[in-house]
Amino acid sequence: MQLTAGLRLFWQHLLFLCQKEMLALIKDPRMRFMLIAPPIIQGLIFGYAANYNLDKVPYALVDESHSSASREFAAHLDGSDSFQRVVTLDSPSQLAQYVDSGDIIMGIVIPRDFAAVLSRGGQAPVQIITDGKNSSIAGIASGYAGRVIAAWNQERSGGRSGISVVSRTWYNPNQLTKWNFLPGLIAMISFVQVILLSGMSIAKEREQGTFDQLLVTPLSPPEILIGKALPPMLVGLFQSTALFLISLLWFQIPFNGSLAALYLTLLIFVLSATGIGLIISSISQNMQQVLVYVLVFLMPMILLSGIATPVDNMPEFLQLLTYMDPMRFAADAVRRIYTEGAGLGEVAWDFVPMLAVAAVTLPVAGWLFRHKVL
Amino acid sequence: MPEAKTELVIEAQGLTKIFTPKKLPQVTALDSISLQVPAGRLTALVGPDGAGKTTLMRLITGLMDRDAGSLRVVGLDVEEHTQAVQDVLSYMPQKFGLYEDLSIQENLNLYADLHGMSEEARQVRFAYLLDLMGLSAFRGRIAGKLSGGMKQKLGLACTLVSAPKLLLLDEPTAGVDPLSRRELWSILRQLVAREQLSVFVSTAYMDEAALCSLVYVLNQGRILAGGTPGELQDIARGRCYRVAPPEGIPTRILQCELLEDAGVTDAVPVGGKVHFILRETQGKAGLLERHRLTAEPAPERLEDAFMILLERDSRKKRQQPGLDAREQDLISAFAAEKKAVPVDIEVRDLVRKFGDFTAVSHTSFQVRQGEVFGLLGPNGAGKTTTFRMLCGLLPATSGELRVAGVNLRRAVTKARANIGYVAQKFSLYEKLTVYENLRFFGGAYGIPVGELENRIQEIMREFHLTERQAQAAESLPGGYKQRLSMAAALIHKPKILFLDEPTSGIDPLARRTFWQQITRLAAGGTTIIITTHFMDEAEYCDRMMIQDHGELLILGQPGDIRRRLQMPEADMNEIFIAIVEKARQQAKEESGT
Repeated sequence: MQLTAGLRLFWQHLLFLCQKEMLALIKDPRMRFMLIAPPIIQGLIFGYAANYNLDKVPYALVDESHSSASREFAAHLDGSDSFQRVVTLDSPSQLAQYVDSGDIIMGIVIPRDFAAVLSRGGQAPVQIITDGKNSSIAGIASGYAGRVIAAWNQERSGGRSGISVVSRTWYNPNQLTKWNFLPGLIAMISFVQVILLSGMSIAKEREQGTFDQLLVTPLSPPEILIGKALPPMLVGLFQSTALFLISLLWFQIPFNGSLAALYLTLLIFVLSATGIGLIISSISQNMQQVLVYVLVFLMPMILLSGIATPVDNMPEFLQLLTYMDPMRFAADAVRRIYTEGAGLGEVAWDFVPMLAVAAVTLPVAGWLFRHKVL
Repeated sequence: MPEAKTELVIEAQGLTKIFTPKKLPQVTALDSISLQVPAGRLTALVGPDGAGKTTLMRLITGLMDRDAGSLRVVGLDVEEHTQAVQDVLSYMPQKFGLYEDLSIQENLNLYADLHGMSEEARQVRFAYLLDLMGLSAFRGRIAGKLSGGMKQKLGLACTLVSAPKLLLLDEPTAGVDPLSRRELWSILRQLVAREQLSVFVSTAYMDEAALCSLVYVLNQGRILAGGTPGELQDIARGRCYRVAPPEGIPTRILQCELLEDAGVTDAVPVGGKVHFILRETQGKAGLLERHRLTAEPAPERLEDAFMILLERDSRKKRQQPGLDAREQDLISAFAAEKKAVPVDIEVRDLVRKFGDFTAVSHTSFQVRQGEVFGLLGPNGAGKTTTFRMLCGLLPATSGELRVAGVNLRRAVTKARANIGYVAQKFSLYEKLTVYENLRFFGGAYGIPVGELENRIQEIMREFHLTERQAQAAESLPGGYKQRLSMAAALIHKPKILFLDEPTSGIDPLARRTFWQQITRLAAGGTTIIITTHFMDEAEYCDRMMIQDHGELLILGQPGDIRRRLQMPEADMNEIFIAIVEKARQQAKEESGT
């Protein structure tokens, strides 16, 4: 009897607290903006702007060979969609000024003996000079050049060579960056919002003086903490859903997985983010401190998540650090569920580090709340 | 200088200021007011909150432009000669901009730099001012670490660095304890006498206005009266009486009933009796005849005149607190009820330390059910710390604390169901409406969902909030906010109500209504714990305790305390000063020997 009454009170407390939090969120015009704008703005920006695919690499040709072979080779470059000749130069020494001014990102130098070597049946070297100021663009551009050269070689040998490589990229046949980015962003967007909202929740009440009023009610510390955790989680899931819909309906990235697997992943992820947010909230005296903490943590966590750059490229010790970053595993799981249609069994290992982070941060937040806040 | 008497430092004719806020109806802050402030004197501006006092001050300083009328300061039009006017006046706003991380000396240097004072001039001036303020010994102390009274004195010193001709002070004593208030006013009077300074000061305290040579009463943007304190006091002549309550009846009960009598303009508890104003010179109060009480004529006070002026001016009748309609008045009800009253709050040997600093030292007291218990003391005396420990907001370092039979050190959450809490600053959810706020707190206090709706409607009716229920809390006028705070704290019908400085910043009429509500609640069995810096409000308490430097100085009924101190007619300000001074004297002697 006592137990059921206690349970009823617990649910009632929680319900009213969550209701109040959601009302306070929705009634504040700035908060309303914060709810709706980020998924739309970030979804569109990442969908359109973040693009590793290079169209029409601007390049300069230095043809010292002046032969029919060199002209044929150049025609191949120009004929592919990937290259656009900006200028034709006489000497490699002229390249520098075009690279410096940013007019070209690649120079292709065809040496004087190009045609002669080829006609002897030898391997003629072609020099490719790229602008390394942005190494990933330079890498991609020289990759493209390699492809064109390979195709040209193939053609010249009349298809007689033994091996012909036909590569296909699974799950993203055209290697479109947004197919990679947007699913990762589904996880990231909720992370930012959850950490910010749960971080602000206590600091804001403290600043407005309402926290004392809340503490003198019979709400117990766990109830307050859970009541503070749930609304940001709901908001995070809402934003992830918005971004999911933008990816699916606007950018038409096909969804191959199951919704259940996607939402279970997001739920576990949001839980771990809430733990981090509540810790920040408990140790901050005001909203300004919260913002500083959030900014300090957010950038490294995004970088370490592998959304922008592959984790495999990081040095060993940083790779170890990524195990503490729930976003890494959420991004991985969401990508695989979204594009590969991976089932729960296949991404289950991603849940372990996220659950571990939640299992540490939530009790710590509870302890801090009891000892530092009350 | 006889001709100085006619010289005017401020002269306003038909002065009008209108504010047009976005999306809200425009407000006439000052409605064609005229006033004259003579040179070399103290002139007071009194009026309830929101009367337009600060607006007038800001117009005089040239920080704001008028909409109509004329305003001359030291003979110059403020708008045409703003700089010249600002060169000869100094203004101390309500919240003076002291640099809390700088020392007293550094703060003074800063203001001297702003005025471009020479090194020799500032040495002379600083020494003079610090001596006058009694701050010479504390030159190196950080401003943030000063007491409220000392901060105000430092603010005044900074304002006076440039040796102005005219000094404007906006409520310089708001929230300052009686001792510091008295000191500040003696400094002002010395300044006027020594430097021929002209001072124009706004205040909410009538006893301060009585010290000035000229008083203007401002209400809702209009000047209601102006004159010497004596002239104003005459308004109340022949209408003031005092009456002692029947044996065993608290003064506040009689005061509460008198306020509702049709023949009475105002009633306040003073010195164990009720001081009241009759509506007409030859009028009478029906209540006194019913209870066969006889009143004696009493000398009129400036406050009486003020209340009469305000009542005449207010278009609406004083709002009656709408707590349950009763067949019988409280005096009869109180006399009929005579039984043993259980103890609601028990405090034994309570200590709270912050590091090395002892904020509350070995304090013990009890509060009985239905009592109104006051915690009084200057800023930093430990009353807020005590108060926060009682509501369970701050754990005690040691000692025992029982609230409504529950040990606070063990079962804080359980004890909280029995208490209601009204914070000093409005602290409900501003974006939420009246209804939503009440619904949240009702739910948080565990009122079953089925009963909640009825209870919300009931409490909104009691506190006259029904027609505002859909309005966001942040957009409510001050008085409504205060009532909403009360409603939210009382929604679960708590046994004990905690009120932290509930009457600061509300006007005298609203304060009367507030205390009527408290009296009703206490009569209904609710225990009230209240902190206040308005000493006269201690008269409403059944018992009170005064703290200073964390020590409990005195505890008891106001009447008993008067008898113990042999000050039978004294008001609470005098009693407070006497007690604190005696205790500080003792402490000095003990440390000296």
